[in-house]
Amino acid sequence: MIEINDIQKTFGENHVLRGISATFKPGINNLIIGGSGSGKTTLLKCIVGLHEPTKGEVIFAGENFTKMSFEQRVPIRTHIGMLFQNSALFDSMTVEENVMFPLNLFTQMSRGEKLDRANFCLERVNLTGKNKLYPAELSGGMKKRVGIARAISMQPKYLFVDEPNSGLDPLTSILIDDLISELTQEYQITTVVVTHDMNSVMGIGDHIIFLYNGEKWWEGSNHDIAHTDNKELNEFVFASKFMRAAKSKL
Amino acid sequence: MFYSFGRYILLLRLSFRRPEKFKVYWAEVMREMVSVGIGSLGIIGIISLFIGAATTIQVAFQLSSPLVPRSIAGSISRDSNILEFSPTISSLVLAGRVGSSIASQIGTMRVTEQIDALEIMGVNAPGYLIAPKIIAGMTMVPLLVIMSIALSITGGYIACIVSGDVSPADYITGVNNGFDGLTVRVAMVKAVAFGFIIASICAYQGFYTSGGALEVGQSATKGVVYSCVMILFADLVITRIML
Repeated sequence: MIEINDIQKTFGENHVLRGISATFKPGINNLIIGGSGSGKTTLLKCIVGLHEPTKGEVIFAGENFTKMSFEQRVPIRTHIGMLFQNSALFDSMTVEENVMFPLNLFTQMSRGEKLDRANFCLERVNLTGKNKLYPAELSGGMKKRVGIARAISMQPKYLFVDEPNSGLDPLTSILIDDLISELTQEYQITTVVVTHDMNSVMGIGDHIIFLYNGEKWWEGSNHDIAHTDNKELNEFVFASKFMRAAKSKL
Repeated sequence: MFYSFGRYILLLRLSFRRPEKFKVYWAEVMREMVSVGIGSLGIIGIISLFIGAATTIQVAFQLSSPLVPRSIAGSISRDSNILEFSPTISSLVLAGRVGSSIASQIGTMRVTEQIDALEIMGVNAPGYLIAPKIIAGMTMVPLLVIMSIALSITGGYIACIVSGDVSPADYITGVNNGFDGLTVRVAMVKAVAFGFIIASICAYQGFYTSGGALEVGQSATKGVVYSCVMILFADLVITRIML
């Protein structure tokens, strides 16, 4: 479980996050949604330690991550997997080497064991046999799946996903969402997904936090969204005519 | 400027933190050594031969007095190549070839979030990315400079054969006469320092890139320019101290 308490982040005079508190439970899909510039990615980066919050704390399973030094954070980081918006695969490494990279650094496994683990992860994301390809030879969806395979290679307790569907067609987006959802339930991972994709929100949003102007504006599930009277959330979710028409039929 | 210098020092400190797994870092050091060393053999070989030849012809041209023995051309050419041309010109060329590659590689990793990915995993990104490049620079540049010295003296010999300004026998006599080992020590100290400057400054520029492709290009340019200026400054300081 991850708790965030009163997270604030400022860049100069710009207040990006204004005191956000939330709890993310394991085994469910926790989604952070909001419009562009609402602070979603900044919040995610504060949680994983890529940004230091100006105020507030992030607690991983009772341990205050914010107050830890780089070295103290390493044991927690080995339990963190992250899928980046652009996958962030290492260009100079093959698919297999990408997936094995954290295993090489943080485990004492033999080469055979690491290879077995990498193959298992690649099989789990339906990329069997793609071991020797380089990231430049993969499609956007395949890169995302390799990113997921790398993220789960260390059997993480926490999975962070930044815009998993950006640049993907709707069908591939749904496949990626389903994969994240399956892994979350299968391994009881605490998953936090940043997205503004409505298919993801309605499809896998077990627990949703809506950010507006750097504040937590609404919290609930995908079932609650349809019936909310929150003006800003309605404007965000039902922005298109199609979605408004769909809501009116509910 | 003080802010940048402070950040550069802190980055160097982070780069030489204890590695997570020595074996993985060692493999990176070897890979970088191949990239810096083997990858630069061709360009260093070519420029060294030509510089050695041109230096010898120019020295011979200036020795117009019949009172000065022609073999002096070999001695002057040798010392010029050992002390200045091989370490400095080679390093300036390496700043362009290796330095721009380091800055753009690390800069691209920064803007494509690959460095963030390393940090999320708990990897000390400066240690993993920068330390192997600095070690490779500090070990391979001296080896390249040794090769450059040998080739520039060979270039001078070839120039003597082709131009006939100095006889090859006089040139060899000049090269052998009055050799002082200190000149090679100075060249090696310069080479180690220049290797460090190229790798560390270009890595610093790449590591703190923000933005996109345009900024990666700007980081590479800045890295090369600052490295060249610092190489020339360090050249002066080392020469003043050691000679």
